[in-house]
Amino acid sequence: MSSGCRERRARCPRGLPSRVFGPAALLFLGLAACEREDREYRPNPVATETEERIAMTSLTAGPTTPEIYTTGKGKDFEQNAYHVSQGQKYFAWFNCNGCHANGGGDSGPALMDDTWIYGGAIENIVATIREGRPNGMPSFRGRIPDDQIWEIAAYIRSMGGNLPKDVAPSRRDDLHARPSENRLPAVEPKPGGSTPPAATQPQ
Amino acid sequence: MWRLLIASTGLAIVLAASPAPAQAPDAAGNPPKPPASAAPPEDGQWTQPAKNWANTRFSGLDEINSGNVGKLQVAFTFSTGVNRGQESAPLMVGTTLYVLSPYPNILYALDLTKPGAPLKWKYEPKPEAASQGVACCDVVNRGPTFADGRIHFVTLDGNVVGVDAETGKELWKTKVGDINKGETLTMAPLVARGKVFVGNSGGEYGVRGWVQALDAASGKSLWTAFNTGPDADVKIGPDFKPFYDQDKGKDLGVSTWPPDAWKQGGGTVWGWLAYDPDLNLLYHGTGNPGPWNHDLRQGDNKWTAGIFARDPDSGAARWFYQWSPHDLYDWDGINEQILLDMTWKGQPRKVLVRPERNGYVYLMDRTTGEVLYANPFHVMTATKGVDLKTGRLQYVPEKAPETGKVVRDVCPTAPGAKDWNPSAYSERTGYLYIPHVNLCMDWETTEVNYIAGTPYVGAEVRMKPGPGGHRGAFTAWDVRQGKAAWTIKETFPVWSGALATAGNVVFYGTMEGWFKAVDATTGAVLWQFKTGSGIIGQPTTFKGPDGHQYVAILSGVGGWAGAIVAGDLDPRDGTAAKGFVNAMRDLKDATTKGGTLHVFRLP
Repeated sequence: MSSGCRERRARCPRGLPSRVFGPAALLFLGLAACEREDREYRPNPVATETEERIAMTSLTAGPTTPEIYTTGKGKDFEQNAYHVSQGQKYFAWFNCNGCHANGGGDSGPALMDDTWIYGGAIENIVATIREGRPNGMPSFRGRIPDDQIWEIAAYIRSMGGNLPKDVAPSRRDDLHARPSENRLPAVEPKPGGSTPPAATQPQ
Repeated sequence: MWRLLIASTGLAIVLAASPAPAQAPDAAGNPPKPPASAAPPEDGQWTQPAKNWANTRFSGLDEINSGNVGKLQVAFTFSTGVNRGQESAPLMVGTTLYVLSPYPNILYALDLTKPGAPLKWKYEPKPEAASQGVACCDVVNRGPTFADGRIHFVTLDGNVVGVDAETGKELWKTKVGDINKGETLTMAPLVARGKVFVGNSGGEYGVRGWVQALDAASGKSLWTAFNTGPDADVKIGPDFKPFYDQDKGKDLGVSTWPPDAWKQGGGTVWGWLAYDPDLNLLYHGTGNPGPWNHDLRQGDNKWTAGIFARDPDSGAARWFYQWSPHDLYDWDGINEQILLDMTWKGQPRKVLVRPERNGYVYLMDRTTGEVLYANPFHVMTATKGVDLKTGRLQYVPEKAPETGKVVRDVCPTAPGAKDWNPSAYSERTGYLYIPHVNLCMDWETTEVNYIAGTPYVGAEVRMKPGPGGHRGAFTAWDVRQGKAAWTIKETFPVWSGALATAGNVVFYGTMEGWFKAVDATTGAVLWQFKTGSGIIGQPTTFKGPDGHQYVAILSGVGGWAGAIVAGDLDPRDGTAAKGFVNAMRDLKDATTKGGTLHVFRLP
């Protein structure tokens, strides 16, 4: 991984704003930009899954918050523009946009707002894509390689403005659907929202 | 901008001034009437969503009339307990009112003999929750239907049921759709000749459309006719005699598609069926071809976006006509056809009249499938008319989408000039009352992969108000003249059905929640009542056990047009709900979710 990074370092600062001066600043930003574009050459094969332990509620039996253990993979993906841009591509390839549009929602809920029925952390989103959810979200386990699920989830996190602006995608060439992901103000994900319709038993 | 656009393309806008002075229905004679066999005399009940097999939605009751409708008041209300789009029609049989909710498709029976119409029973089919994920445009249901002591309806997860109308006991339940293929069921069945006719939904999921007949007593499937594929599957045989050459040939359901594309080609049957007992013909439209990306399905895409006349006993096709050959814009052909008998150019004709999604009202000979006229009722930029010699819709080449390119100002839009919401025909005025939209759109065709059980669309759409800025309209169409008599403009798309009565009153609802009664002759608003949520339901009327006339409507916004509210969609994404959100960003400010039956009567 480090050799890949070294190879790319020379090209990384190309996109820097011209007002940045000084070799120290250049070096610092160059490294940051490099991490932002870092990529794995041998992603996990389809069969493997990361073992995240998530909760879908802020309530636990006991006085504290629920116990959650994450591997840290989510953080790596959320700070990596390459992964997010791959996720944007797969979001369309796997027909996520068919149900969620460009984040505004359709038969599936909106992804650019602050309401997250099954949790808005990247680990929760990965679990939702992998396992499916009872009110219409299909399970993609075994259909999408694990790393690509993480990439899609990272892109979904960008839809609500939750990723750094230099990681989130900018305006697409297509029909203007919505403000680009890197222009949206961040909205803090809130757990909750009702699974439609409100009248039925909770699923 | 619109003036420029219209001038440059040389296209005429057909939008009547509103409201115009009253006009005698027809100097040459009486208004067209539905055949008595398909529209029996008024019995004070409302037993099927379209009122009768002729689909008139006309009641002979006249206790409530244009003189006293202004005094209409609430008799009682009832919550369906479901906050999704209420597109269903309340039925009244004997002394019971039947109300069907959207998913989870709960059927309620209300006792009209007691004060406040208390609940007699409810029947819960408990459809699979996952079916909500393959319902393209809200989890709606368009109504139950009654015949021979049974209530029949479909569930979102692909079942058809027969329920004892007295007790609410399930008599049979037959699974006909598979959600893992993207199939759901949302339509109102039609019952005739002891058979329940149903069709599938899922044109946005790469399903293969079909219509099916089940034995009404047992639920046993009798025949299935597909709307794409080889002639044997489509039930095209020696009796098939289409009027136009474009529909003649062997296995057109295969040869008008790229190899195997017909297997995911759509042509679903989720709209309105009609039945003519004299001709013994069942009429049903077919939905849009899939996917929306038309580059992936070169050819005419038979037998999608058209209409079949079939033998109800065998399913055998008798004739077919294609409204939109090689549909470019999601123009499903599933709208209602109203069966009428009339004199046309001096000759008596059995006709059907059909306000179509592509923006034209068609008058057709229902024996042969010949088009007598096809006149626009919406602003048109995407087509130039219908060639009556060939029967072919004339597309404007500059508005044809291609992959990766945005075409702008396409009118009408993907939901068409008029979507599923049915019109009503008054045999007193000779007018067809058409609830419709006034919208245009920008469209970008995109690449798409077929994955069973997920959407198969391939387009980014952004809808916007049409010329004039109003998004909805309610038009009285003079069937004999073939033109609009008057039009009422509405802020939001009119997504409710219409109801006409012998009291010379026409009812419809708006997405803000207004339930309106207008004069059938002039379109003057006579009465309106603000319900709790936007209205996208079908009004019905009946004579209660007390001998008085009642009018019923379900309020509860949703459906494709109301998805922004029903589904809590984000208005910042114009392409949400397949582009409808772009035209409906302010609906959340006008109404909220609900699900309530309102029943009105005179004091």
